[in-house]
Amino acid sequence: MTAPSLYAFVGALLFLVGLYGALARRHLVRKILAVNLMASGTFLLLIALPATAAAGPPDPAPRAMVLTGIVVAVSATAFALALARRVRAEQGRPLLPGDASEAAQGPTDDR
Amino acid sequence: MLHRLLTAAALAALGAAFFAALDAPPPAATPLADAALARLPDSGVSSPVTAVLLNFRAYDTLLEVAVLLLALASVWALRIPAPPSPWPPASPVVATAARRLTPALLLIGAYLVWIGADAPGGAFQGGALLGASVVLLVVTGAAPPARPLPLRLALVAGLLVFALAGLAGPLLGRPYLTWPPSLAKPFILLVEVFATLSIALTLAALFVGVPPERPDPGAPR
Repeated sequence: MTAPSLYAFVGALLFLVGLYGALARRHLVRKILAVNLMASGTFLLLIALPATAAAGPPDPAPRAMVLTGIVVAVSATAFALALARRVRAEQGRPLLPGDASEAAQGPTDDR
Repeated sequence: MLHRLLTAAALAALGAAFFAALDAPPPAATPLADAALARLPDSGVSSPVTAVLLNFRAYDTLLEVAVLLLALASVWALRIPAPPSPWPPASPVVATAARRLTPALLLIGAYLVWIGADAPGGAFQGGALLGASVVLLVVTGAAPPARPLPLRLALVAGLLVFALAGLAGPLLGRPYLTWPPSLAKPFILLVEVFATLSIALTLAALFVGVPPERPDPGAPR
């Protein structure tokens, strides 16, 4: 395995860990962090794959795309965090409605 | 518990598919790379990433600045609880760090914008650093209270200057958002300086989360 493809594998792994967190965790801030982990994995993959392919200077197009993606991810994260704060202000807990009723039924943790 | 196990099993299957795909021979280089690198001398900058961002694909970057502004408008519209005013006193470590670091952060931020023409760097990297320094000033109470109109003008300046500079293309008989090669460097610099200002302030405003209040007309500024 060459070095760039190791980065690509790590990127795929980060994406999967993030996807698990986004699906399995209830706390909204944990979900937001998990989605950010998915984004980081995708960015790593986008940087690593062209580096594996080309021998010459690195392809600038995916790097520019990742830079754009980071800014969009930051914007979306800021909006998501504000939504989470609003949910907490309305409901008292930063949980989605379905998760909140489920959590109210049993002595489960908020995670 | 069961749904977590099912989720993990489904993700394991997805992971196996990912790793099988990554194990395949890497894709051939795209023609985009050759096209971008071949036209680099016409772009006005020597960093290929900056050339793609602010010249070849300036549309993407223009809309990216708009996305940042849209995020701020959406956050303001949510009316989340305002942060404490004034901010609780910062620890001496944070206060000292803010005072000592701010000049260095301003310098490094400006350097990152300038070096973006030739090396990794640019408006977003510089703007992120400057935004962080504004956040430091806000949490230590050193930032002056924001006045609504000047702040809003500074927030939209990046998008406005970018969109107006793009008109140079049609005026010179070229498509919108393209720079004539001989003037590309000044145009990119103009767009980047204003974008940096707006990005830095937008990031800091996203951190605060609420729009600035109109100052009390009777209160001394």
